[in-house]
Amino acid sequence: MWRDAALVAERDLRIELRSRVATNQVAPFAVLVLVLFAFALDPDRGVLERATPGLFWLVVLFSGLLAVSRSGSLDEADGTRDALRLSGLDPAGVFLGKVAALVVELLLIELLLVVGVAVLYGTALDGFALMAATCVAAAVAVAATGSLYGALVAGLRVRDTLLPVLLLPVLAPVLIGATRAFETSLGSIASADAEGWAWCGLVAFFAVVYLVAGALAYGALLEGS
Amino acid sequence: MELVVHFRAAVALLGRFPALAGLDLDVAQGQIVLLRGPNGAGKTTFLRACAGLVPVVDGTAQVLGRDLRRDPRSVRRRVGLLGHATGLYDDLTVAENVGFWGRAVRAEPADIAAALDLVGLDGRLSDVRAVKLSAGQRRRASLACLLARRPELWLLDEPHAGLDHDARDLVDGLVRQAVSQGATVVFSSHELDRATALADRTVEIVGGTSRSVFDPEQPCSGSKTERTIEEAAGVA
Repeated sequence: MWRDAALVAERDLRIELRSRVATNQVAPFAVLVLVLFAFALDPDRGVLERATPGLFWLVVLFSGLLAVSRSGSLDEADGTRDALRLSGLDPAGVFLGKVAALVVELLLIELLLVVGVAVLYGTALDGFALMAATCVAAAVAVAATGSLYGALVAGLRVRDTLLPVLLLPVLAPVLIGATRAFETSLGSIASADAEGWAWCGLVAFFAVVYLVAGALAYGALLEGS
Repeated sequence: MELVVHFRAAVALLGRFPALAGLDLDVAQGQIVLLRGPNGAGKTTFLRACAGLVPVVDGTAQVLGRDLRRDPRSVRRRVGLLGHATGLYDDLTVAENVGFWGRAVRAEPADIAAALDLVGLDGRLSDVRAVKLSAGQRRRASLACLLARRPELWLLDEPHAGLDHDARDLVDGLVRQAVSQGATVVFSSHELDRATALADRTVEIVGGTSRSVFDPEQPCSGSKTERTIEEAAGVA
């Protein structure tokens, strides 16, 4: 399983490196939304400062949707899904490989956005450990959930429009947990460090649940699509 | 002789439509079998069913000794399917595509290199991204992916389509070479002159059933004589 996961992750990352969809489309989109939020919420009024954690994770979710959709489409083109089924690769390995590649992409986007909020919103980046842990947990959660739901809608003509409708409500706990953890680490609200870590733990729990569910269900979804 | 494909009254549904409607067909090890028939007759569905990609819901369906109704996944690693789609990732090079599908079935690097060599894609074309290949080159790259898998059963859906004369000769040569090394080949084609010359047997599929089986040894009504399925497979 781990060998197959490494093979698929390497393939997806190689394709992303070659096609540059993440760097030329997803990353600029993320920065653009960050800038638009700054235009909409005047930085001088303090609203932007208080809303920064929520805005950050909203941008991560929207950008993640693009990355997830792109990841799913890789195995849709020109018979690649059938080839994947014929390959004998462990479906759990395929799922974990796709998640791993997405996690790498999402972490890079999150890193870009952290720099973005620091520069554009003037946010002080405190509580680095909590911030880093939340970024990793949320990236895994979004990647696992996205890969699972991406497989669920694979092959449907309406997959691109259906995916966000299905995915965003499911990711609401990640948005809430990651935002609360960031509020603690960025000092947007006065709360104890332990409270921030608890929210981070919730996001990590969610990530583990969807990783396990995805590894178990991916084979059936691959067959059914 | 050992049967590689054994279908009896096999039914496969595409949605609610019976694409295979009680198909009987046996293929013995080492045979090259041509499937012919009109569009929509069930040839592609039969090939996909043999690969375990289309579920057989009734009758008997065995490939390489495995019961497809019980476990369709069990044969997948042992068969190679060349369909209308190429199964190539546009942003990977030819070598990366063949390497990926080869490594997926634990093929040796030497087998992967040999596959590229056999289809003539081992030179500068091996570093070209699949999206930049012509249709014929994509077809050859897809064939290289199949070769790298070293399948026991080749399932070829219109293998000559979109290829130039030399590439068609190459396909025929590879099929004969595979059979000489112990593989079995089932293919569909509308190019009957070339296909019948390549095949040991011709089976006509119409309306999801096999209507007749021909013996190339005995010319009759065109060129071939109808025999029973069991006789043709050498198991009568």
